[in-house]
Amino acid sequence: MAELKVPVTAADHARGGANGQVVLVEYGDYECPYCRLAHVQVMQLGRHFGDDLTYVFRHFPLTEIHPFAEPAAEAAEFAGAQGRFWDMHDAIYAHQEQLSLLFLMGAARALGLSERTLEVALEAHTYAPKVAQDFRGGIRSGVNGTPTFFINGHRHDGPFDYQHLADAIQSVRSGL
Amino acid sequence: MGQVLAPGVTAPDFTLHVTPDQTLSLSDLRGRPAILAFYPADWSPVCGDQMAVYNQVLPEFREHDAEVVGISVDSAWCHQAFAETRHLHFPLLADFEPKGAIARQYGAYRDGEGVCERALFVVDRDGIIFWSYRSPIAVNPGADGILDALDRLEKQENSDGRAQSAGNGG
Repeated sequence: MAELKVPVTAADHARGGANGQVVLVEYGDYECPYCRLAHVQVMQLGRHFGDDLTYVFRHFPLTEIHPFAEPAAEAAEFAGAQGRFWDMHDAIYAHQEQLSLLFLMGAARALGLSERTLEVALEAHTYAPKVAQDFRGGIRSGVNGTPTFFINGHRHDGPFDYQHLADAIQSVRSGL
Repeated sequence: MGQVLAPGVTAPDFTLHVTPDQTLSLSDLRGRPAILAFYPADWSPVCGDQMAVYNQVLPEFREHDAEVVGISVDSAWCHQAFAETRHLHFPLLADFEPKGAIARQYGAYRDGEGVCERALFVVDRDGIIFWSYRSPIAVNPGADGILDALDRLEKQENSDGRAQSAGNGG
């Protein structure tokens, strides 16, 4: 069974319980329709498990099939550098069908961030190394498509609908 | 289910269609490590992910001087459409006629279903299998096992003093 090779650290984007008993790590792509569906499930898991669950998102853009996955990931990192990662993350998944450079600029503006600074950061690929670092760690951990989930470090090979994920998390939690 | 060919065995040579009018032989890849990725079918969503992942990992495979090829029983025309749609930048080989003949030689054919197993082979520069792995059919194996094997192969080549660039020998 594939194992997460890059431990969760303070450099990760995490939401939910600050020190959850169960840590759910997702490698995802902002243009992937399955990741958008997973986003809804993950939010529901967060409501169900509360502070027992810490959720971490890492980038795994499949750039050959998703032309906006990379700029979207870099835009989320741009927002993250200003403490707004999850706002951008949620905005992108809420409007995935509109994903474009123009959309990312508008999303930045709506968050009160500078569109011009985002534009410069995307052109200079300021946040590309962070995205690439996530990607490489994912590959080494056995990420095999998007989304790929790890529950307390073990790759979840089953379906990623709410019930399967909730059952997998519950069984890990009960085993602790 | 039989066993896939094990490390240490010479990888059976083959010549398969890579496009409707071109073929590729394993011996064409001699001199470089080769990654053979047998998979059940083009187009099924999980397979698409597996090939999509290898497509994204090509730069890392190439850092190891390795070439990857995908192999399934789909025809060259089917592969062509699949590769174009998914923007794949590596060859897909058609083990189409006689169906699955090469996969059988590698122990990577599923008789009941008539498709290839999800089986991975890393073949060294001399054509010897260095690493092999069969994944459960429903589980896309990703690229971590391949990269770990390439790391170990490189280390072994260096310690054997067989590395191509001077000064790497140990």
